[in-house]
Amino acid sequence: MIRVEKRNDVSRSIYFLTPVLAIFLTLFGGGIIFFILGFNPIEALKFFFITPISDLYGLSELLVKATPLCLIAIGLSFCFKSNNWNIGAEGQLIFGGIVGGGVALLFYNHDGFYVLPIIILSGAIGGMLFAMIPAILKTYFNTNEILVSLMLVYVAKLLLDFLVVGPWSNPEGFNFPETRQFSESARMPILFDGIRIHAGIFITLISVFLSWLILYKTYLGFQIKVSGLSLKTAKYAGFKGKTMIIIVFMISGACAGLAGVGEITGPIGQLHRNISPDYGFTAIIVAFLGRLNPIGIIFASLIVALTYLGAETAQIFLQVPKYTGQVFQGMILFFLLGSDYLLFFKIKFLGLKKNEL
Amino acid sequence: MSFDLNFIGILIGAIMASSVPLILAASGELITERSGVLNLGVEGMMIIGAISGFALMVVTDNLFFAVIGSMLSGLIISVIFGLLTQSLLTNHVATGLALTIFGIGMSAMIGKNFVGIPGKEFPLLFVNLKESIPFLGPIFFGHSIILYFAFGLPFLTNYFLKKTKTGLIIRAVGDSPTSASNQGINVTLVRYSCILYGGAMCGLAGAYLSLIYTPQWIENMTGGRGWIALALVVFATWSPIKVLIGALIFGGITILQLHMQAVGLRIPVQLLSALPYIMTIIVLVVISRDSRKIKLNTPTSLGQIFYKEK
Repeated sequence: MIRVEKRNDVSRSIYFLTPVLAIFLTLFGGGIIFFILGFNPIEALKFFFITPISDLYGLSELLVKATPLCLIAIGLSFCFKSNNWNIGAEGQLIFGGIVGGGVALLFYNHDGFYVLPIIILSGAIGGMLFAMIPAILKTYFNTNEILVSLMLVYVAKLLLDFLVVGPWSNPEGFNFPETRQFSESARMPILFDGIRIHAGIFITLISVFLSWLILYKTYLGFQIKVSGLSLKTAKYAGFKGKTMIIIVFMISGACAGLAGVGEITGPIGQLHRNISPDYGFTAIIVAFLGRLNPIGIIFASLIVALTYLGAETAQIFLQVPKYTGQVFQGMILFFLLGSDYLLFFKIKFLGLKKNEL
Repeated sequence: MSFDLNFIGILIGAIMASSVPLILAASGELITERSGVLNLGVEGMMIIGAISGFALMVVTDNLFFAVIGSMLSGLIISVIFGLLTQSLLTNHVATGLALTIFGIGMSAMIGKNFVGIPGKEFPLLFVNLKESIPFLGPIFFGHSIILYFAFGLPFLTNYFLKKTKTGLIIRAVGDSPTSASNQGINVTLVRYSCILYGGAMCGLAGAYLSLIYTPQWIENMTGGRGWIALALVVFATWSPIKVLIGALIFGGITILQLHMQAVGLRIPVQLLSALPYIMTIIVLVVISRDSRKIKLNTPTSLGQIFYKEK
């Protein structure tokens, strides 16, 4: 006998344990998919989740991928906590990359410590401005932010395509759709020789700390959380809803823009058509898996980054397409959302009572 | 002169063809949303429909099976959405996003072995009439049966929602699930059915792309059409007839953009390609500006979780 009961209050331990449950269920689901595809599920999962991080280079790659994911997800957590559905972080990342990359090309012949900070700052501003479009349209024209922010992703992608094919393409590049390589002073410093982990990770860590500070120690953070829990309460308390919506979008856009500029000045070193393997969309999953909590998001970004690496390894060793990573990411979110049921409901397994026998 | 007129006819026919996937997906989503469920997985369901339709066509060599199969697979994948949002009471927005991400990944995984295989010719109806009547011929004839179905669908949907008892029940569930439930209506069942119907229509929309419109399988071939379909539902303020008009406008922009590229105007290709997305934003702004008008037509419980205490 199984009986479902509504819980009176949400258990905190279950709140942070369900993501772990979701990850295990995803592994199980992934095993089944690999089995259907004709692989030994244990072997395949090993290729997917263990082989990629079994050496130092792999671990560094994990951090390289987690750096933008964590940063974007931190920004998104501000939006999602206040019930603003910014799902166009991918567009904000690309636009940040475009602005930062443009500045990097502008400073092509400059040397100096000031070059990189200017590029990074302009990338953040680019992302921020791009995110303000859906925010302003939402606040002043009542336009659905989900659809607008998403449409802008396509616009940003096409703009990037236009720039790298046309005006910004490398003059000595034989018409390849890419800009020239940025100069040394426009590149993120590499932390250790031989591996790709770069200084962008500090930007991410600082942002995590700042977001914790803002969310849990300031009045703005309080407003954001209250608006997320109940819009009516927020209105009653006299919070300026419109300003807050614009601010959370600005924060989120700036983070995505930073992630974009971190990618082009870090591992990529130039602008080309694919500066992001959908980090902006995947970060949505990271934000949820991390429970919109700064520390949670750090762990979640590492796990989701592993699905990227795993997909690459599996592509080489198992000849499955790299999109397998997306299947895993989708599954994680499915299982996570599904297991939230346990937060609000108790499932009781009742044995047959003696007097019923 | 008659040649020019005929060319315009062909152009209108092309616009109609390019609006078909939007009409199908948006009409399906409209029913889902009218029952109070916001499914953002349209893009994911469409792409699953596209690959399963194409794969079935290659494997069975039968277009009928391919079309039916694409609808079934759209329906099957929407079951995941139904289970999560209706039975496990998850957030509609997040679940829909997960469905899209999952669908795109899954379609690429299934589609790996179908890249580069040429499609099969889909039978077109009344081809001789298309050629013998100038202007009107290319508009009304020489299309696939799915196009005729798509153009009838908004009218059927309108009739269904306004004049039938089931339609009334769906609207009641969307506007006030609690009162509907108190009237003895099984809200969860109604919403499940609407989700599955939406899934089947999105699957068909995808199959139209991979079997008829560009008969081949390309990764990510829906290219945001699912999202435009979602925007169309808002644009149409949840009225099926306006979905048809909106889809034709967007089809028009797509075809116009292609023709401008072909003519070789000095406007960058990318800017022209961005036109449908930019137009969507502009149209959304114009439509949504009047918040009362939007509120009047939005299903009141759209996107809200319904839970009945037992």
